[in-house]
Amino acid sequence: MAATDIARQAGEGCRTVPLAGHVGFDSLPDQLVNQSISQGFCFNILCVGETGLGKSTLMDTLFNTKFEGEPATHTQPGVQLQSNTYDLQESNVGLKLTIVSTVGFGDQINKEDSYRPIVEFIDAQFEAYLQEELKIRRLLHNYHDSRIHACLYFIAPTGHSLKSLDLVTMKKLDSKVNVIPVIAKSDAISKSELTKFKIKITSELVSNGVQIYQFPTDDEAVAEVNGTMNAHLPFAVIGSTEELKIGNKMVKVRQYPWGTVQVENEAHCDFVKLREMLIRVNMEDLREQTHSRHYELYRRCKLEEMGFKDTDPDSKPFSLQETYEAKRNEFLGELQKKEEEMRQMFVQRVKEKEAELKEAEKELHEKFDRLKKLHQDEKKKLEDKKKSLDDEVNAFKQRKTAAELLQSQGSQAGGSQTLKRDKEKKKTSEEKSISDGTCTTPGKHPVVPCALVVCAV
Amino acid sequence: MDPLRQSPSRSSSRASSPRTLPCEMLGYVGIEAVLDQLKIKAMKMGFEFNIMVVGQSGLGKSTMVNTLFKSKMWKSTMPGLGVPTPQTLQLQSVTHVIEESGVKLKLTVTDTPGFGDQINNDKCWDPILGYINEQYEHYLQEEILITRQRHIPDTRVHCCVYFVPPTGHWLRPLDIEFLQRLCRTVNVVPVIARADSLTIEEREAFRHRIQENLKTHGIEVYPQKCFDEDINDKILNSKIRERIPFAVVGADREHIVNGRCVLGRKTKWGIIEVENMAHCEFPLLRDLLIRSHLQDLKDITHNVHYENYRIFRLNESHVLPRGPGWVNLAPAPAGPQANPVPPKVGGWAKDNSDEEC
Repeated sequence: MAATDIARQAGEGCRTVPLAGHVGFDSLPDQLVNQSISQGFCFNILCVGETGLGKSTLMDTLFNTKFEGEPATHTQPGVQLQSNTYDLQESNVGLKLTIVSTVGFGDQINKEDSYRPIVEFIDAQFEAYLQEELKIRRLLHNYHDSRIHACLYFIAPTGHSLKSLDLVTMKKLDSKVNVIPVIAKSDAISKSELTKFKIKITSELVSNGVQIYQFPTDDEAVAEVNGTMNAHLPFAVIGSTEELKIGNKMVKVRQYPWGTVQVENEAHCDFVKLREMLIRVNMEDLREQTHSRHYELYRRCKLEEMGFKDTDPDSKPFSLQETYEAKRNEFLGELQKKEEEMRQMFVQRVKEKEAELKEAEKELHEKFDRLKKLHQDEKKKLEDKKKSLDDEVNAFKQRKTAAELLQSQGSQAGGSQTLKRDKEKKKTSEEKSISDGTCTTPGKHPVVPCALVVCAV
Repeated sequence: MDPLRQSPSRSSSRASSPRTLPCEMLGYVGIEAVLDQLKIKAMKMGFEFNIMVVGQSGLGKSTMVNTLFKSKMWKSTMPGLGVPTPQTLQLQSVTHVIEESGVKLKLTVTDTPGFGDQINNDKCWDPILGYINEQYEHYLQEEILITRQRHIPDTRVHCCVYFVPPTGHWLRPLDIEFLQRLCRTVNVVPVIARADSLTIEEREAFRHRIQENLKTHGIEVYPQKCFDEDINDKILNSKIRERIPFAVVGADREHIVNGRCVLGRKTKWGIIEVENMAHCEFPLLRDLLIRSHLQDLKDITHNVHYENYRIFRLNESHVLPRGPGWVNLAPAPAGPQANPVPPKVGGWAKDNSDEEC
């Protein structure tokens, strides 16, 4: 019924049309800003530097507040990252500030792997964001962005050149995060040394191909300021939270016997420049660079690693879904195969166990039969013995009656000798039968001969 | 739309916030300078806004667009000037860049001549839905590229103005069907067109009846109640909701009234001033669309409607073939179709398959 005929007229190339009156969309930036205010902002700083260079103090000074924390010891076995989040509020702007600090950086004897925990941490934040972005049901506008927006690298104020640890770490970090090197504790360097130091540092960074963050100069409003600031990199900073009344104001100072260093005095150090650049002028740009450059790079590498491509060899656009589907099917196929394997193994095991059990059963049966047979044999033997004993008892009884008969006849005939002889015969045969061990009538036999002997006499 | 521009949260609690400690600052730091930085960046990048006007021919859509943006966006079609009613629904888009006080706005207006003009208007909303979904699809394809552009061009329709003919009775079945389908995909602002044919009392009665109709059929027009964030928003938006749909009159000719030059329509019985609140509610519409809620319209489109589309698309991609202009019109295929539980954010899930006719 309906054929969609979308005819884009010549205005596609953005023809400008004059307005005949005030329409009112110049309030658009304000609308945008209002939405952002209600949402709040989020800024994450990573401070990398050796222990004792004044990282926490500088953060306190930058944000004019006292963050919690104790100074770290020098005895850490490895580099760890400590992250703290703070809620700052200024007029109607709410800022969620996260400060990540390296603990134990540069304290080990073998510093080869010092940069690794830092790089892993940064990658982990990117990964978390990527995971959230790839979810089907996602809450991106509500997501607390934990990606590092700026990395302040603290350089020790030796006055000579960068340490090799610094170079290596900065090289590893420059493609992942906006690196801003600062010279810490710069009240230890004199002015002339400082200029030489800065030149040395910049030349070393350039010759090693380290790309530090350059303040953007493409927008006319800030181009000039940023341009001049770029020439002052790296900033030489001093941090302090102690205050002293100079003139009629309270200023942050560091007091020495030979003088007082004022933190916010541009002639003394570059702290004001750092604060300007970091917060007041370029915070938004830092965030955008992190998102559009560093994060996109990470995302691209990660997705390519996982096997996704934008175009296949025939240069037809691949869809993420298709690749994903293919991988998913592959994965499911593997799962099924594994399941089959496991099932087969299980079946085999069951069979083996069954066979074993059957054998055991058979053995038991045999044993039972054997025992039964033994039992029967014993029984038979016993019965035989019993029978023979019974026979002997019967025989004895018969002889007894015969003997008594004979005795009564003998007492009449008076032939005691034959009786004696018979008695002796009987006695010996009885003794024999007694010694044979039959125990049916043990007590009877000795009585009988006595009685007979008495009768005979 | 720059995703870094963290758009307002549409649920009351922040999802993944770490434990934060409130800190007192002892002096001025300068954090609020970030607002200026934002403004500068936004003005440099320019803004984009896409609006679609839907309604039957002769309701004054093109004139309204011209009046809204005070420029000749469109050649307003005069009746009887030999432009035949299109036999099929066509969508025409025109893009202009307008500038005011340094703020550049790239405005795209999509018109729908032929909507509701046929005898059989069955499924006349399909091309429109298809167009809207096609824009979402383009954006999605750009977003999931490996190497994606810094700033993805946003062609998604941010607002759809629906012109209700001034019958004075109720919403017609065509209106109801269309609004039901569209309000789940895009922000819809209904307006009573050619309101100069109704008296003030008729207008109020018509408005009430339309509001009842909308409530009965569960149509949530912009500003949606479920997206009110805090009490201020609620108060502001309920005032607007009371007056929806606005009764508007469009005019692009100027006349002299009491010595002033005003935009208006001249009739034998008087001149209807477009910008006079007593005559019509055009200023309300203009303020809503441009002066106060433009960013909000864009945010809701990006955070809610686009996300819903994306969820639907990513869930379904293994069942249906992908393609531009794809609209889930066919009855649900035999395969398993994941019907997502309406997300807290979105308020409703985009399952068109439910009310398939």
